[in-house]
Amino acid sequence: MATQVFKLPESLRENTRYSFCPGCDHGVAVRLVAEVLDELGIRENTILAASIGCSVTIYDFLNIDAIEAPHGRAMAEATGVKRARPDKFVFTYQGDGDFASIGLAESLNAALRGENISAICINNTTYGMTGGQLGPTTLVGQVTTTSPTGRNIEYYGYPIKIAEHIALCDGTAFSARVSLDTVANIKKAKQAIKKAFEVQIKGLGLGFVEILSTCPTNWKMTPDEAHERVRNEMMKTFVPGIYKDVTAD
Amino acid sequence: MNHIVIDNSKCKACYLCIKECPKNLIKISSQTNNLGNRTVEFVDPNHECLGCALCATRCPDLAITEVYRG
Repeated sequence: MATQVFKLPESLRENTRYSFCPGCDHGVAVRLVAEVLDELGIRENTILAASIGCSVTIYDFLNIDAIEAPHGRAMAEATGVKRARPDKFVFTYQGDGDFASIGLAESLNAALRGENISAICINNTTYGMTGGQLGPTTLVGQVTTTSPTGRNIEYYGYPIKIAEHIALCDGTAFSARVSLDTVANIKKAKQAIKKAFEVQIKGLGLGFVEILSTCPTNWKMTPDEAHERVRNEMMKTFVPGIYKDVTAD
Repeated sequence: MNHIVIDNSKCKACYLCIKECPKNLIKISSQTNNLGNRTVEFVDPNHECLGCALCATRCPDLAITEVYRG
């Protein structure tokens, strides 16, 4: 009798076909969110506040209720939804540009207010959907379409370390940075997403996960080379780890 | 018999699964799917598949839909 050890999560829409580029880690991140929704049994009680960017397409793939926010305002909108319907599970799924550039005020203030919501931020060091421009997390020296000679700190300043900033806010219950470059790290990422969701269910405050992801198209790399870049370059600036966990001893 | 199920219509030919398989059982196929991608195929004549699901966990496009052990 064969035992099924892997199946696609039920929170994914039937026959889901992603619109992401080949090798993009967004696909893994969306699947992990769906798996966690399944495991916590909260799919039918969940409302997503969607963002702008490649991350917005998540509402095409998940079989949950969703509301669209203007660019960067997903955390503000999630705040409103949660305050109006505190019985619902509310989360955002945003890119780094949406979360930490145009939406930085909304994101940080939601953490400072200790909103009882969860947030996932995909960090791929660029604006993926619009063609690979310099973003808030672009690494020093990284070449993008708007920094053709590389990110120059005298001109553009330094990249923002989102997980550390969110962890510094007193209203944050959980903040972690994870990566999807290896299968082992994918499993750790799933545990972090689960934890960020659980702190909301327990009413402890904001749960946040920053996920280091690839953008092979705009990085002009193969999917394998992109994962090498995550390991060899991104992780030096964006060190994975749990930066705050109020449930830990 | 351990095995995986591949939905070729979703494969975008990133080939991340090929590198992941510890037994090298996933190969580039001669077939092209509706997206114009040269997809992958599961070739396991000697029943070596471990049912580890590393390939399915890695696949970013939900193309490896099921993994069975036993």
